[in-house]
Amino acid sequence: MSEPILATHGLQKSFGALTATDDVSIDLMPGEIHAIIGPNGAGKSTLIAQISGSLPSDAGRVDLMGQDVTQLGTEARAKAGLGRTFQISALAMEDTVFENVLLGAVGATSGAWSMFRAVTGNRMLKERAMSALERVGLTEAGNTRCADLSHGQRRQLEVAVALTLAPKAFVMDEPMAGLGAEGSKTMTGFLDGLRAEAPILLVEHDMDAVFALADRISVLVYGRIIATGSVEDIRASREVREAYLGESA
Amino acid sequence: MIAERYINGAVLLGLIALPLLALTADEIFTITLTTRAVILALAAVGLNIALGIGGMVSFGHAAFFGIGGYAMGILAFHAQTFTPLDLGAVEIGGTKSMPVIWLVATLISALVAWVIGLLSLRTTGVYFIMITLAFGQMFYYFAISWGTYGGEDGLSIYVRNGFPGLNTLVPIQFFALCFTALCGALILQWRLRASAFGLALNAVRQTPQRVETVGLNPMRLKLVAFVISGAITGLAGALFADLNRFVSPTMFSWQLSGELIILIIIGGVGRLMGPVIGAAIFVALEHWLGGLTDYWHVWLGTILLLIVLFGRGGVIGLLTGKEGPHV
Repeated sequence: MSEPILATHGLQKSFGALTATDDVSIDLMPGEIHAIIGPNGAGKSTLIAQISGSLPSDAGRVDLMGQDVTQLGTEARAKAGLGRTFQISALAMEDTVFENVLLGAVGATSGAWSMFRAVTGNRMLKERAMSALERVGLTEAGNTRCADLSHGQRRQLEVAVALTLAPKAFVMDEPMAGLGAEGSKTMTGFLDGLRAEAPILLVEHDMDAVFALADRISVLVYGRIIATGSVEDIRASREVREAYLGESA
Repeated sequence: MIAERYINGAVLLGLIALPLLALTADEIFTITLTTRAVILALAAVGLNIALGIGGMVSFGHAAFFGIGGYAMGILAFHAQTFTPLDLGAVEIGGTKSMPVIWLVATLISALVAWVIGLLSLRTTGVYFIMITLAFGQMFYYFAISWGTYGGEDGLSIYVRNGFPGLNTLVPIQFFALCFTALCGALILQWRLRASAFGLALNAVRQTPQRVETVGLNPMRLKLVAFVISGAITGLAGALFADLNRFVSPTMFSWQLSGELIILIIIGGVGRLMGPVIGAAIFVALEHWLGGLTDYWHVWLGTILLLIVLFGRGGVIGLLTGKEGPHV
């Protein structure tokens, strides 16, 4: 059996008396989409922040490609191969779409660029950025200012920036948030194809998308994983239906 | 609306033409006034790299301006009094050589900017403003109490320092030196902004968490920018001290830090020529309004208020119809 690309072991985080994540152990296998679902306030965003390194854990460990990255900061984890997208688009709104993906390319190739040479003159960076834009279908919008994009295009751009890093694993925080039915369908199709490139840890509220995409689902309630299994397992789980899906058993 | 590159070209041409016209009309004071504007513009170009591109609202940049000034003052003082400068373990002589003074001013300013940056860049927003203000005031009060170099009264330098091949006592030649330094700083800012470093620094201002998640260190980017910024403002301080042949603690004052910010806001934050236009307007108003009333700052304040309320992109924003360099 192959080794997990990304794994957490007993992750824990408390804010005063509130325990946001409690002994969370999950893994992400090659080629897999592993969805994390749970009600609002379950600790999903805290877990994502712990995995990506923007929030230090009180206890537990994060492994990426078999290496312990718990003590590494966000930028070091990104360099190690973790590509993250945000629930609320964290894009440079004043910059163009192309400049946003170019930033990703710069980060992915840090050291390969000069401090005084025009970044737009670097063919390798440009090709990397253009390739990412092409894949999410934003080539035409390259010169558009990010602030002028629709919500759906911003979600696509979030993914494009992550793509420039050619990560070993994606951690995506609600990529369907705010997308209409059509946008959600398009993004679902795109993520489905992306899993072959790198596995995806997907936090998502859109249950149709989760059930269509996920190989495995973990259910987080009050900071604890209450169930992990296939779509069918989760659908059939009485505990999950009571705690999250809102059905009486 | 006018394209920004035409405005930039016109401003540079104007800065060259004005002192040349003044020279032909034998209006030496106008050359000195233009030189003052050029030096203030140089200081503000330094701040613009930190503030305009990196979003670091430093309210203590007068610290670097003063360090540059005192580097010139101290080296020239020891040269003119033929006394060695005691550095504890070693004694060195003073110098009247501008290139040496510029190098010392730039290096010490950069070093101090590195230390201040390391301590202050962990904070953001109003805390960053306050901590940089505190550093600036710390240098101000130190200069006041530094009796060896004039304390509150400051330090006079009898003869302007020299530059190989030029007579710096001739105003137009000293102007040419200052203008060359300004052009060098503008080219540096332009190249930095267009580089991968500039792209990342500009993104740090807007979305630091994104910069981190693409594998770059926002703190390191800001620190490098802050050091470059401090070094340029330090060089401006050395030139300013040479222009006046006088240094005093007011070069460290918070009012000067505030004036540098005002210059940038008037011209246009983050715009290449924003600080230059701001400095030109500031010096012109200072001279023109200052001749009409002692309370000219009130009118300057009114103009600043109008620009902030109705022209968010400064004068360049008004002329180009674009609030920011990317809009």
